[in-house]
Amino acid sequence: MVEVSRKPKGFVTINQERCKGCGFCVEFCPTNVLQLSQEYNSHGYHYPIAQAPEKCSGCDQCGAYCPDFAVLGSRNNNKK
Amino acid sequence: MDGDSACCEGALAGGCRFVAGYPITPSTEVVELMARRLPKIGGLFIQMEDEIASSIAISGAAWAGAKTMTVTSGPGFSLMMEHIGYAVMTETPCVFVNVQRGGPSTGLPTLPGQQDMMQVRWGSHGDYEVIALAPNSPQECFDLTIQCFNFAEKYRLPVFLMMDECVGHMMEKVVIPPADEIELEPRRYTSQKPGEYYPYNDLENLVPKMIKAGDGYNVHITGLTHDHRGYPAMNAAAQQKLVERLVKKIRDAANDIIMVESDELDDADVIVVSYGISSRVASRAVRLARERGHKIGNLRLITVWPFPESLIEELSQRIKAFVVVEMNMGQIVREVQRCAGSRALTVGVLNAGGAVHKPEEILERILGVLS
Amino acid sequence: MTESCVAEPTNSVIEESPTESIPATEEAACTHLEDFLRMDRIPHIWCPGCGIGTSVNSFLRAVIDSKIPQNKLCIVSGIGCTGRVAGYINVDSFHTTHGRAIPFATGLKLANPELMVVVYSGDGDLTAIGGNHLVHAARRNIDIKVICVNNFIYSMTGGQAAPTTPAGTIASTTPYGYFENQLNLPQFLEACGAVYIARWTTFHVRQIQKAVCECFKKKGFTFIEVIAPCPTLYGRRNEYRTGLDEMKMFKEKSKIKNNIDTREATLIPGQEIVVGKFVDRERPNFLDSMDEHYGRVLGDAYKPYTGAIA
Repeated sequence: MVEVSRKPKGFVTINQERCKGCGFCVEFCPTNVLQLSQEYNSHGYHYPIAQAPEKCSGCDQCGAYCPDFAVLGSRNNNKK
Repeated sequence: MDGDSACCEGALAGGCRFVAGYPITPSTEVVELMARRLPKIGGLFIQMEDEIASSIAISGAAWAGAKTMTVTSGPGFSLMMEHIGYAVMTETPCVFVNVQRGGPSTGLPTLPGQQDMMQVRWGSHGDYEVIALAPNSPQECFDLTIQCFNFAEKYRLPVFLMMDECVGHMMEKVVIPPADEIELEPRRYTSQKPGEYYPYNDLENLVPKMIKAGDGYNVHITGLTHDHRGYPAMNAAAQQKLVERLVKKIRDAANDIIMVESDELDDADVIVVSYGISSRVASRAVRLARERGHKIGNLRLITVWPFPESLIEELSQRIKAFVVVEMNMGQIVREVQRCAGSRALTVGVLNAGGAVHKPEEILERILGVLS
Repeated sequence: MTESCVAEPTNSVIEESPTESIPATEEAACTHLEDFLRMDRIPHIWCPGCGIGTSVNSFLRAVIDSKIPQNKLCIVSGIGCTGRVAGYINVDSFHTTHGRAIPFATGLKLANPELMVVVYSGDGDLTAIGGNHLVHAARRNIDIKVICVNNFIYSMTGGQAAPTTPAGTIASTTPYGYFENQLNLPQFLEACGAVYIARWTTFHVRQIQKAVCECFKKKGFTFIEVIAPCPTLYGRRNEYRTGLDEMKMFKEKSKIKNNIDTREATLIPGQEIVVGKFVDRERPNFLDSMDEHYGRVLGDAYKPYTGAIA
């Protein structure tokens, strides 16, 4: 029997309050997971949200670009 | 041994194993000797690209845990001003030796001066206190260099040995005691643990305990106004608190730091005040005046900064006049005047540098104020 | 406030991440970076869209990858926006005077050779006021790792022209455009004697990470120029409204030319930005040369130098 993973490959963790809304993570996500929110954080910045979380590969390109240490991409552990 | 060599030996005896320098007359002999001596005793001399670099490299080495020194003369000293301020602000123990020559600018490279006495006190921007000692013999170049290192550790600030060309090049007998007879002030490291320690919260007599880089304290050190954590704090309250402490730690310790040599002050009518090489001719003039039956006191400042204010104030109440001898157009004489106020007359025997005074010039001035 | 977005199953293929990608590992996590950040000082002072934070992000990942012990790493900065890096990295860190990070670092490293000393500062600080020190530390091959964030101007003071300012740039002190010759840092550093020279932009996050790892492995003076956006003081005066606009320009105009003759390593924003690793060579560093030389000429009289800690 082949077990098919039902989990996505990865997920993004976002610390909204640290974000300054530069948009680097949105622009450079290879799978276009993110977009800037309509909402503001308490500093008045539009933070990123995962508008297509199912596409996340967990490559952490978003996290690598973030100048504010506010975003982290992680891989799901699919091993059983 | 000449004064420059004695200074070098004093530094080595004082525990200095890192010297960054740049050649400049008349201080070059010190760095040359350092370059010869240090490789043989496990130390390091580096000739930096300029005095600016030398003066900050010693701060870097001090934070790595070294006892450090740089050596220069007037023009180089001018270039070092910013890092004197940095060492004051970051409370970095280090020693600056200035073998003074005539200025301004390139001035008289090979001839003596005492013209940097105010520069050492006020030359870097901002408000601060320093410690400056003025040797008048090769023996004192040795002894006071050690003292400079000890003060630097005890009070965590740059300490200055204000030599001059004459003392630097003068040959005299120097007694170097055995190492175990020399009292050394060790660096005062914190006993607090990483996590509880911050660079400026572990104070003893307003002086913070230190760490060295690599000890795991993860300190932040900045020339910006900072709080007890060492973090920048851009406000008037933090500035007041910090600068007040930097100044107070020295002013409160003035009695510990101030060293003078005095002779026949008690019943003096006139006191001759001098420091460094000038004190040697001043002494001669004092003797000449006494031979003529006058009551002349002799006061030599070994510590020039902090200035012995209360001593001068006290003396001014019972004497007629101070005669201040220095190789500049009037620097320390102003300090004497400030402390003496109108209680005693203050006159200077001044010259623009290049040659020490003749005892007769001083004598003439002494006799002048007596008449 | 932390929001976790757990995604649904997907079949999508990962697009190739930009240029020479290094696969991300599970270790590369924000939480790991936080150990190396002074979290009590975050958020930092850098503007939205500033590239300095991104460069620090890449740098810290390299520190973690290289397993540099936290207590042996020292950061020395000069003055300016990049000069503030020392204040955010949670290691022994020194914010020195303008232009003098390198001589301070020289003293620090030589007095305790066991430390890994990194100079992290800006283009104006390192190449203009600090230019003399850059020359001589590279010439002596002092074992320090220099990261020079180049945003083409002095940003802390309001966007004045620097030696790195490209021709024609509008800066606050060049309201009619910059007409002086721009300093090509890789070429300059190669002549001075640096053993490792690379230039990347903050678009090249993985390459910066890798370059820093390579520098940690080399014993000698290494230099990484990181081109970074300054939307507030460079970009908005020069056609790049946001940091992101400048990042997109980096992406579009960068040409990777590893090992190219540094004379050809042009840097013309909007036209061509040559990036890559240009120099990776071996030369004995200052302390090794000193040891070898004194050992040879002084023989037993030489007491091998191991540091100057009192």
